[in-house]
Amino acid sequence: MSEPDRKPAGRADGGGRRAGQALLPLLRPAMRWETGLAVLVLAIGVFGALASPEFLTSGNIFNVELNLGEVAIMALPMTLIIISGEIDLSVASMLGMSSALLGFLWARHWPMLAIFVAVAALGAAAGLFNGLLVTRLGLPSLAVTIGTLTLYRGIALIILGPNTISNFPAPYATIGVLGVPHTNITWSIAIFAVLAVIFAVVLHATPAGRSIYAMGASTEAALFSGIRVKRIKTMLFVVSGLVCALAGVLWTFRLTTAVWNNGIGLELNVVAVVLFAGVSIFGGKGTLAGVVLALLAFAGIQNALLLTNFNQEATGIVIGGLLLISVFVPKAASAAGRLRAAIRLGGQP
Amino acid sequence: MSVTVAAPPELPAGTSSRRLTERVVRVREFGIIAVLAVFVLITISIQPRFASTQEVQFILANTTVFALLALGETMVVVSRNVDLSVGSVLGLSAYLSSSLFGKFPGIGIPVVFLAGIGIGLACGVANGLMVAIGRVPSLVVTLATLYIVRGVDILIVGGKEVIAQTLPNSFIAIPRDGVLGIPYLAIVVAALIGAGAYYLRSFRSGRDLYAMGSSPEAARLAGIPVGRRVFTAFAASGAIAGLAGVLWAAQYETIDSSAGTGYELQVIAAVVVGGVAIFGGSGSAVGAAIGALLLGTITSALYVLGISSIWDQAIAGFLLLVAIALDRLIAVRLTAALRRRSAGVGT
Repeated sequence: MSEPDRKPAGRADGGGRRAGQALLPLLRPAMRWETGLAVLVLAIGVFGALASPEFLTSGNIFNVELNLGEVAIMALPMTLIIISGEIDLSVASMLGMSSALLGFLWARHWPMLAIFVAVAALGAAAGLFNGLLVTRLGLPSLAVTIGTLTLYRGIALIILGPNTISNFPAPYATIGVLGVPHTNITWSIAIFAVLAVIFAVVLHATPAGRSIYAMGASTEAALFSGIRVKRIKTMLFVVSGLVCALAGVLWTFRLTTAVWNNGIGLELNVVAVVLFAGVSIFGGKGTLAGVVLALLAFAGIQNALLLTNFNQEATGIVIGGLLLISVFVPKAASAAGRLRAAIRLGGQP
Repeated sequence: MSVTVAAPPELPAGTSSRRLTERVVRVREFGIIAVLAVFVLITISIQPRFASTQEVQFILANTTVFALLALGETMVVVSRNVDLSVGSVLGLSAYLSSSLFGKFPGIGIPVVFLAGIGIGLACGVANGLMVAIGRVPSLVVTLATLYIVRGVDILIVGGKEVIAQTLPNSFIAIPRDGVLGIPYLAIVVAALIGAGAYYLRSFRSGRDLYAMGSSPEAARLAGIPVGRRVFTAFAASGAIAGLAGVLWAAQYETIDSSAGTGYELQVIAAVVVGGVAIFGGSGSAVGAAIGALLLGTITSALYVLGISSIWDQAIAGFLLLVAIALDRLIAVRLTAALRRRSAGVGT
């Protein structure tokens, strides 16, 4: 995907930097999308607490965490993939496929550890297949992962058929009820927190992370500067497969149900969260801090609306509205900046 | 949909048969038609019942809505955009239009159709305005409207549903009546697709969509009113989704707030299987319709062959990947051929 406006915007930015050198560095943090998200999260917290005494109770927060867990986990690799300029729409199907395999093998009395290995291998293989189709055959990831979305969901159906497996043993089956001991944190959110730190370090503090931004901004330039674009992108898809397998296991245990259509349709929720976080659909832009804030905002809004007796399924209106805001506000801001820069440049000589 | 559509009409008279076959093979839709033909022939040879009127009717009934949606989606996709909101628009239109029968007994069917198209058009216009004027990525805009339109639908519908008893018989008969076993609906949709394909192929504004898809920058420099064309494509896609909603209502008779959920990716899948490049610039509405037909045929063929329906999705997904890979292969070979030719001219 190419962004037609990127070049002029970049030029205007350069002009703006020269013109307002003294003031801009001070204002920049306040103008970041992430700052807006943080304010939004706070506002939702205050609104929720005022609107319902239940909002900030530990029981309610635990439920919010439960509902958020898998989407949050899958949003991590999705963020990296979108920043690198690709997209993975097969995440929910990989979740479903992992869930189906988990149920299938458990019904055949495999030991749980062996099942985990098998599920992880399946997830990695699914991701590798995506990655190879995208990088080695040069196919657009949007099309490829719509294809594998159908394919992997189909494989889930083949593995498990119309059966439902739900007799999982206690330490696993209770993750939907019990959190990490002595805390109010669900296992899924605890795992998410650990993964988020790892992903943030990789994305923001390693050469590999920088090259992910670089290839998202310009694949061509990244290639010429010696970045192994294909290898890194393949790796990202494999990681996505692995993480979705993990999400599939968590989903299955949380609902204590392995069924082929687990998590169906979740892919667009994951994409929506990541885009709402300020990650550009064209790649090269976005932060994991933004994604964490976006997840909090989403979960908070959904829950606040639930507690205020708004028709919960209609929260899509709010989610969609926020998504629109997330593309239009930065657009308007950059247009205003360009205008300002143009006026300054015009006034100087 | 006849195979002859694929053959370019401007074929000069007296061409040798070798060149004729070459041209036919080179037509973009050839691959998908061949796959469909082979698939149908194999199925018939194993189970002749597949060719029965009843089966054909069943397949056509299941395909028409998707083929129609694929027409609108094709217009959007060839211009290097995407419309993810079609499923939600279909759902909203299906409920609102069909609920008119209950609210205004005796209302004319054409009025209901107009209402459905109008609802779809309004959604499409909203999409088009945001993408064209806001210059923001259509994937994000239509992902947002997917949620918003579905949310509005849920708010309006609540827990209610339109039930078959409130719908007049003549409305329910629309997808079922036909001539020679072919539903009128399929004929009308085929005509619409033909008209759409002709528009995309032969009208200036239609060609402009391809130009924008091949190279947005070049299209702008060439003076194509990019914004207006994008707007038109989205408006058309919305109106078509609205029409599809009314047809959906006539076909399924019971309409709640979940109508058309998840259709967006299936429609895009059909479009891509039909040879429309996901990043625009090539493909045809006829191809997209055949793509929808192929995906619909697989389901029925497996059923007729007695193969468990659990194989449906995996086969459809596999086919989709094959179609994408084939498309890429053709594109690569075409570029190579063009390069060879221009190199030949140069020396």
